Amino acid sequence: MELFLQQFINGVTLGSIYGLIAIGYTMVFGIIGMVNFSHGDVFMVSSFIALIFFLVLTTWLGVASVALALLIVMVISMVLTGLMSWTIERVAYRPLRGSFRLAPLISAIGMSIVLSNFIQVAQGPRNKPVPPMVTESIALWERNGFTVSVSYKQLIIIAVTAVLLACFWFLVQKTSLGRAQRACEQDRKMAALLGINVDRTISLTFVMGAALAAVAGTLFLMYYGVVNFSDGFVPGVKAFTAAVLGGIGSLPGAVLGGLLIGLIETFWSGYFSIDYKDVAAFSILAIVLIFMPQGILGRPEVEKV
Amino acid sequence: MTAVIETQDTTVAKVGPPLLKVEGVKTYYGNIIALKGVDVDVYPGEIVTLIGANGAGKSTLMMTIFGNPQAREGRVLFDGRDITRMPSHEIARLRIAQSPEGRRIFPRMTVLENLQMGASLDKLKYFNDDVERMFTLFPRLKERLTQRGGTLSGGEQQMLAIARALMARPRLLMLDEPSLGLAPLIVKQIFDAVRDLNRTEGLTVFLVEQNAFHALKLAHRGYVMVNGLVTLSGTGQELLANPEVRAAYLEGGRH
Repeated sequence: MELFLQQFINGVTLGSIYGLIAIGYTMVFGIIGMVNFSHGDVFMVSSFIALIFFLVLTTWLGVASVALALLIVMVISMVLTGLMSWTIERVAYRPLRGSFRLAPLISAIGMSIVLSNFIQVAQGPRNKPVPPMVTESIALWERNGFTVSVSYKQLIIIAVTAVLLACFWFLVQKTSLGRAQRACEQDRKMAALLGINVDRTISLTFVMGAALAAVAGTLFLMYYGVVNFSDGFVPGVKAFTAAVLGGIGSLPGAVLGGLLIGLIETFWSGYFSIDYKDVAAFSILAIVLIFMPQGILGRPEVEKV
Repeated sequence: MTAVIETQDTTVAKVGPPLLKVEGVKTYYGNIIALKGVDVDVYPGEIVTLIGANGAGKSTLMMTIFGNPQAREGRVLFDGRDITRMPSHEIARLRIAQSPEGRRIFPRMTVLENLQMGASLDKLKYFNDDVERMFTLFPRLKERLTQRGGTLSGGEQQMLAIARALMARPRLLMLDEPSLGLAPLIVKQIFDAVRDLNRTEGLTVFLVEQNAFHALKLAHRGYVMVNGLVTLSGTGQELLANPEVRAAYLEGGRH
């Protein structure tokens, strides 16, 4: 029971990060039907941006409050990562729109390699650490010498994710930008007939996905304390898996999928072998997709023709 | 046939320059020519209809006016301004609104949201007033307000498509086959609404129809399209009386 609770807390934390990344995959897929394979590396770069600015703020500018530093770093990372993603879309994807279906996909794989190689060369191939921060934790429950605890880091991750998802949900459901986005997702040609600048809306979708990935990148750095140029790949693939598991194109699906992948991974690590956690996560994905090809919250087709 | 459509009074004079002028437009899909040099004028305050068989190129003309696909030759002028090479969303911003072929309601948005999309040019500034007008015009929409677009019946979707177009406060309303697949009573309701808007607000309407009989009765003037070319034009009444039109589109037709 104690182990279960502890792994549940760990799983939700990890799942929050996957969920934040997965939204970027699912939104881009929803609006232009493209799997943005560079998204994982965008996440990794955002983590490096956070690392650099965290060090600048704490060592050079002498910002003493870690909370304040983290907040500033997160905002900077969101802005810069958003800009980067906007540029990538502009340079590598938009010119290929209307080309054959695989073209933007190949371009995205190329961008993924560009980003990870760039970081490898510019930042070096080794793990980059940040000084330990926010180390406190709260003991929730103790029995038979096993303490169930939740760390402040975990609380921060879960709280930030929850608040952001609420803001994001509001943005998509209630604002004119969100409406334009959903309209483009459902019928781009019609959206244009109503005066919506479809290209601009697509750009903004990339920026929003990247901003959420940047939050995930900052939280990832804070949680693990190190980041490496190759850290885009596995979390990226898992977040993509989460998006597919939840039903690609569905925003709640991406979050649910992220949480599930996080939970599967931590429970497997807790009860079975940690070495096989990725095998477990992807096996369950395969099983779910065989029986529910559209994912858990994939849209049911209700439209009349 | 219970739904009787009143014949349009065709004495409305063409005033000033045309609001929409299509000049020698040729449109291709790849290498296949769809419009072979089309000329159409729509004057302010008119209802103009374009009739023709399935595949004649009517919808292609509607979309060419909206720049998607763009005309390879010829020009499209709106209010004297060349819009041939403009992107669709900028053309929409000149206040040309379209209820397109197949209606293209956003299926996973509610009726309300679909209407909000129509009003996005003005950032919903006149939304509350305009939406009330739409409810007067099409009371059914009010009952369906929170329902998703994809779950509406064909007639309701058509009403929504027209209402959505009107929410943009258009200077030119383009309707692509609003009667397709609808019961005669609904068709009459929709055509009456269009006529009222034209009479009371002077709304200019460009109407594409296969249902030639009803369309020619509603319109001040009409064009007949065959195989990507305009072959005949005249007032609604002239075309209704024209033996060629009668033979091709009216005799044995759906009226």
